[in-house]
Amino acid sequence: MTAREAVLERARRALGDRPEVPAAVSVAPAPVDDPVGLFCERVSDYRATVHRCSEDEIAARVRELGAGRLAVPGDLPESWRPEGVVVDDALSARALDEVDGTLTACELAIAETGTIVLRSGGAAQGRRALTLVPDLHVCVVAERQVLSSVPEAIAALEEAARDGDPLTLVSGPSATSDIELSRVEGVHGPRTLHVIVSG
Amino acid sequence: MTAGFPVAAKKALADTQLRRNLGHATRTIRDKRAGVVGEVADWEQLREAGQAIKDEALARLPELLEQLEGSVQAAGGQVHWARDGAEANAAVAAVAKQHGVDEVVKVKSITTDETKLNDALAAEGIGAVETDLAELIVQLDNDSPSHILVPAIHRNRAEIRDLFRRKLGATDLSDDPAALTAVAREHLRRKFLEARMGVSGANFGVAETGTVSVVESEGNGRMCTTLPEVLVTVMGIEKVLPRWRDLEVFLQLLPRSSTGERMNPYTSLWSGVRAGDGPQEFHLVLLDNGRTDVLADAVGRQSLRCIRCSACLNVCPVYARAGGHAYESVYPGPIGAILAPQLARLEDSQTLPFASSLCGACADVCPVKIDIPEVLVHLRGEVVDRKGTDAEAVAMRALAGVFGDRKRYERAQSLARAGRSPLGRGLAKRLPGPIAAWTSSRELPEVPEQTFRQWWKETR
Repeated sequence: MTAREAVLERARRALGDRPEVPAAVSVAPAPVDDPVGLFCERVSDYRATVHRCSEDEIAARVRELGAGRLAVPGDLPESWRPEGVVVDDALSARALDEVDGTLTACELAIAETGTIVLRSGGAAQGRRALTLVPDLHVCVVAERQVLSSVPEAIAALEEAARDGDPLTLVSGPSATSDIELSRVEGVHGPRTLHVIVSG
Repeated sequence: MTAGFPVAAKKALADTQLRRNLGHATRTIRDKRAGVVGEVADWEQLREAGQAIKDEALARLPELLEQLEGSVQAAGGQVHWARDGAEANAAVAAVAKQHGVDEVVKVKSITTDETKLNDALAAEGIGAVETDLAELIVQLDNDSPSHILVPAIHRNRAEIRDLFRRKLGATDLSDDPAALTAVAREHLRRKFLEARMGVSGANFGVAETGTVSVVESEGNGRMCTTLPEVLVTVMGIEKVLPRWRDLEVFLQLLPRSSTGERMNPYTSLWSGVRAGDGPQEFHLVLLDNGRTDVLADAVGRQSLRCIRCSACLNVCPVYARAGGHAYESVYPGPIGAILAPQLARLEDSQTLPFASSLCGACADVCPVKIDIPEVLVHLRGEVVDRKGTDAEAVAMRALAGVFGDRKRYERAQSLARAGRSPLGRGLAKRLPGPIAAWTSSRELPEVPEQTFRQWWKETR
């Protein structure tokens, strides 16, 4: 008997008493009045920096950060790019480690948790390593991309999940509380996160 | 078999530094959790939804595992099945050998602690680098984790500084947590950039879409699941969820219950492999290792709902004083007290079901509504049944005979009163022989001068 057959057989036998499958419990989250406002507040709670501007001011805002050399996905809108960006055409991890930061869009954002969702293969979001290895991430969130709650976001991401697109939920910069529970921002992911909310 | 919880706890109780660290840690996380849980108006419904989904997943386990296998394969992943830890470890080692890899980077995973994967890999000449900060501290120190969420909570900053000076060659290092974290980042970044193989556990595996998920804070999970060319994920079979939509419940329940955050910094979700992004080879190892035994027990199977949040540890008065090591299992605290003995088929960890005052605080915070006290009492019964006729059982039967017969009972009472002499009183604080366990943690009440029966006769 293979391990596969053995495990499945044991599981079937364990359920010999036919436990009932409970009915689903539906939970509807409370509506949010001002999702964009709440999103900005919650992202700031994580000690990420929030900037608000119109879409044609994005490049100027990025320039003001003085972030140095930024890697960007090939399909990032031209109008967002400051001078001297490096396009990620399958850069090695080492090359990504040497740029100063990265600039991307996102798939959607979640107000109640201050979360940005990145979809590999989604518009202007690049692959996962691009938003992971550089030490600074500037992420542009359009106001219309901000959803209220986790359930709304999971529903909106169902198609991406069915397509098998890797997804990353980002809530603030990387952090640890492993030493005496004192919070340190910045471990392995980008230590600095800027969120530009455009609308 | 180990000496058990009472002996290990006694040692831990003597460590005042440990108790201070634990008290601070559990209090802090407890308060944070209460704050963010209070924000969610429908928290109780969320818990019920979590319980219902997990119970459904367990009731449909065989078909869901087959569905998950099919979805992962359709997305370009390979699936392995493991009856026990040794088979899971062998599957991981085989992938490493195929790729000629002698070092792997690991995301914190209690499941691979359970299978003792690192030791098994070392025996094959393969190094395993723990990349979670606390797990790194524990590994460098040849120590073991003491908390599910913050495994190095028993260590303070000065101890960690000394360890990093010794093991990472960071000679000029302060004990500031930010400086200590920076040293770990430096050390591990080299490992991440060079690593060819990553190993992870899984928080969830979605049968419908083949999505596997790792929930974390530091970014080491993203590094291990993104940068290497091959990734192996070891997942306990009870982590399967039926549908993608089920994640909406658990991505609310888990971070708030665990770290006390609205959302943890990073959640990675992937399905098989994706050309041009991340590992080009993905293996999912589905591990049983006693889980189907737990599933067979109608009372105990609710333990398999556990999503490893550790909320029950932080509210437990026993954990707060004894600490994680006293449980002598990779699963400490109240959940460990029910999970560890069941996974070991009660052949080990027999003292753990008794490591509780049954106060019920754990059941109140559990995000998937595991009735831990109910399972504890159930397991206590099992342990006693198994013990059969040891000396304590014989003594108890003798006592039952005394209590059941009036003459023998009155004779025993007068004997006990005779023992009230100053000498007898000292002795009576502790019971002798096979029933000594009854007085190791409680005082024997003093025998009164007069029994109720005598008083009744005199005053009637």
